[in-house]
Amino acid sequence: MSDESQSRPRGQDFESSLDKSDKTVAAFEHTSKGLMDHIQKALHGNPTLVPVIVLVMSVIVFGFIAGDRFFSAFNLTLIMQQVSIIGLLAAAQSLIILTAGIDLSVAAIMVLMSVVMGNLAVSFGVPTFFALIIGFAGGGAAGFLNGLMVTRLKLPPFIVTLGTWNIFYALNLWLSGAQSIRSQDIDANAGALKFFGEAFNIGSARITFGSILMIVVFFALWFLLNKTAWGRHVYAIGDDKEAAELAGIRTDRTLTQVYMLAGVVCAIAAWSSVGRIGSISPQAFYEGNLQSITAVVIGGISLFGGRGSILGALFGALIVGVFQSGLKLAGVDVLWQVFAVGWLIILAVSIDQWIRKVSA
Amino acid sequence: MKTTIKTALLAGAAVAASIAAAPAMAAGHEVGACLITKTDTNPFFVKMKEGAVAGAEANGINLQTFAGKIDGDVESQVSAVETCIASGAKGILITPTDSRALAPVVTQARENGLLVIALDTPFEPADTADATFATDNFKAGEMIGQWAKAKMGDDAANAKIAMLDLNPSEISVDYLRNQGFLQGFGVDIKNPTDIGDEDDPRIVGNDVTNGNEEGGRTAMENLLQKDPEVNVVYTINEPAAAGAYEALKSMGRENDVLIVSVDGGCPGVQNVADGVIGATSMQFPLLMASKGIEAIKHFAETGEKPQNSDGLDFYNTGVELITDEPVDGIESLSSEEGLGKCWG
Repeated sequence: MSDESQSRPRGQDFESSLDKSDKTVAAFEHTSKGLMDHIQKALHGNPTLVPVIVLVMSVIVFGFIAGDRFFSAFNLTLIMQQVSIIGLLAAAQSLIILTAGIDLSVAAIMVLMSVVMGNLAVSFGVPTFFALIIGFAGGGAAGFLNGLMVTRLKLPPFIVTLGTWNIFYALNLWLSGAQSIRSQDIDANAGALKFFGEAFNIGSARITFGSILMIVVFFALWFLLNKTAWGRHVYAIGDDKEAAELAGIRTDRTLTQVYMLAGVVCAIAAWSSVGRIGSISPQAFYEGNLQSITAVVIGGISLFGGRGSILGALFGALIVGVFQSGLKLAGVDVLWQVFAVGWLIILAVSIDQWIRKVSA
Repeated sequence: MKTTIKTALLAGAAVAASIAAAPAMAAGHEVGACLITKTDTNPFFVKMKEGAVAGAEANGINLQTFAGKIDGDVESQVSAVETCIASGAKGILITPTDSRALAPVVTQARENGLLVIALDTPFEPADTADATFATDNFKAGEMIGQWAKAKMGDDAANAKIAMLDLNPSEISVDYLRNQGFLQGFGVDIKNPTDIGDEDDPRIVGNDVTNGNEEGGRTAMENLLQKDPEVNVVYTINEPAAAGAYEALKSMGRENDVLIVSVDGGCPGVQNVADGVIGATSMQFPLLMASKGIEAIKHFAETGEKPQNSDGLDFYNTGVELITDEPVDGIESLSSEEGLGKCWG
C-alpha cells in the first residue's frame, strides 16, 4: 500500500474489516469419518487393492473348499500357465480401455498372427526368427489399422474393432484352411515357436517361460504407462481427450500408437500361445476378446478410461483362473463356473462405481 | 455415450446377422437345396460342404450354403432355414447346432413341403426331420471303448478314466460318443442321454474342451489335478486329443496314457500314426452330404423320402476304427489306410 492510499478518507476503506474474516483456505467438509469412508478413500487412491484382496481371499477360500489339490505350488503355478494367454490379451486390452476405448479384435489378431507365424515357419520353411518378426510386424499393422480408423475416420472403437474382429477371423480361416498345425510338425520344423512352453521346476512348482513372459510384459507396460511422459498422455487422453488436446498432447498420434502397441502385445501372445497349446489352432480363443475384457474389468480398470492400473488386469486374469480351477476341483459343474464369473464382473463394476463416488 | 453404445450394438448385431446369413448363391429355376452347417470353419463341415457342392453340380441342383458363426449359434441357423423356405428350395440338409431348439423352424419347413435331412447330428426326437444321415456316434464311441478295454486287458478293471467332452450344452453327438465309449469300456452308463450320471469309481471326471486344442489341454490339466494317475483319456474329437496329449507331455505322462478319440480328420489320423492317439473312430462327412443331395433330387423327382438303416432311426453313413495297434475281435484299419480316407 502506498502513502497515497493511507491518506484517503476513512469512509472509502472497505478492507480494514477483512481482518475479522475467516482466513482458512476453502475446504470440503469432513463430517462422517466411518470405516467405510476410509476404505473407499484408500481404494480410490489405489484401485488395484480390490483385485489383490479378492485374489488373496479367493485363494484362501478355495484352499479350504478344494483342499491340497488346489492349494499346492503345482496347481497355483498351473493356474498361471492357464491364464498366461488371456493375461497377455488383457494387457493389450487394458491399454485400449485406459484410453476409454474397447478392442474386440485382440484375440482375432493373436490367432491370425499365430497362424501367420506357423504357416511361414512350418509350411513355407521361413527361418523361425523371420517368421516371428513378420508376425510382430503384422500385429503392429493390425493395431495400426484399428487406430487409424478410430482417429482418422472418427469411428467408435467398438465398431472399428467389431469389424476388424470379423475381418481378421476370416483371414485366419482363409490362411489356415481352418486346419490346425500339428504339434509334431512344429517340433520338426520350427521348435523355437514353442519356446514359451518350456518350463522349469522349483520344488513342485512348475513355471513356464510363458508365465514369466506374461509378468514381464505387465511390468514393462506398467513402467511405460506410469513412468514415461507417453504413458501419462495415455491416461490423460482416457480421462478427457479434449482437455488433453488443449494441454498440447497430440492425442490422435498417441491413440494410434496405443492401438499399435496393443497389436504387438497380441502378436507376443500369439508366440506364447503356440507354446501353451502345443499346436497352432485357428479355432481356439474364439471368446478371447470377451475373456480379456472380463479380466480387465475385474482388475478394477474403469471402462470409462483414464483410471486403474494395468497390473489390475493381471490380477483380474488370475482371479478368473483361480475361480475356474477352484470350482472345478471342488467338483462344480461347468455352467456354475460361468455363472460365478458373470457375478464377478458385475460385482467388480459395482465396486468401481462406488469408489468413483469418493469425491462426491 | 449411452446412445453411442446402443447404436454400436445395433449396428454390430446387423453386421453379425448379415455375415452369418449371407447365402453363397441366389436361388435359380432348377431344383434348389440348402446346406446349413454348424460353422464353416471346422474342417469336418468344410469337407461336408465340398461333398454337397460336388453332389449338387453332378445332379444339376442349385445349392445355397449357410453356417452359424460358432457352435451353438442357433439364431443364424433359424434365419438360414427361414431364408431357405422363402427361396423355394426343395430340401434342406442341416447339422443342427442344437438338437431341440431348431425343431419349430424345421417343422415349419416340412409343413411348407421341404424335405429336411439332418446330417451328422440327429434331432431330438430324431423324427423331427424327415431323415438323418449320420455317423452312428454311439457305435463310434463304443468301438474306441472296446478297443481301449481290450488293449488294457486285466488292468481295465482298475483304469482311471478322464472324459473330455464338448461343451456344457450336452448335445446329442456329445453324449452319444461319451456314453458309447463308456458302454464299450464296460461302465454302467445309467441314463444313456446324460453325461456324468455314472457312479463307476474308475471315472475320474468330465470336463469340456469346446473341441479344440486349447480346451483339450486345459481340461486335461484340470482332470490330472483331480487325479494324477489318469491312464485312459476319452476325447470328443482329435483336436481335443492333441491338446490333452500336450498336457500329459508337460507332466511326463504321455507314454503311459491311452488316448482315444472320434472323427477321422487327417491331422488326427496322422496323430494315430505318430502314437499321440491310440485309436480313433473315423466318420465320413463327404458321404453324408453327397447322399443327402441325391436324396433331395430323388424327392424332388418322385416325392419319395429316404429310408433309415435297419434297426436304427437314421441312415448310417458308416464308421471305421483307425489304429496301429489292432486287437483281436475288433476290426480296424491302420493309420496308413486311414490317411487315404481321412477328411480335411
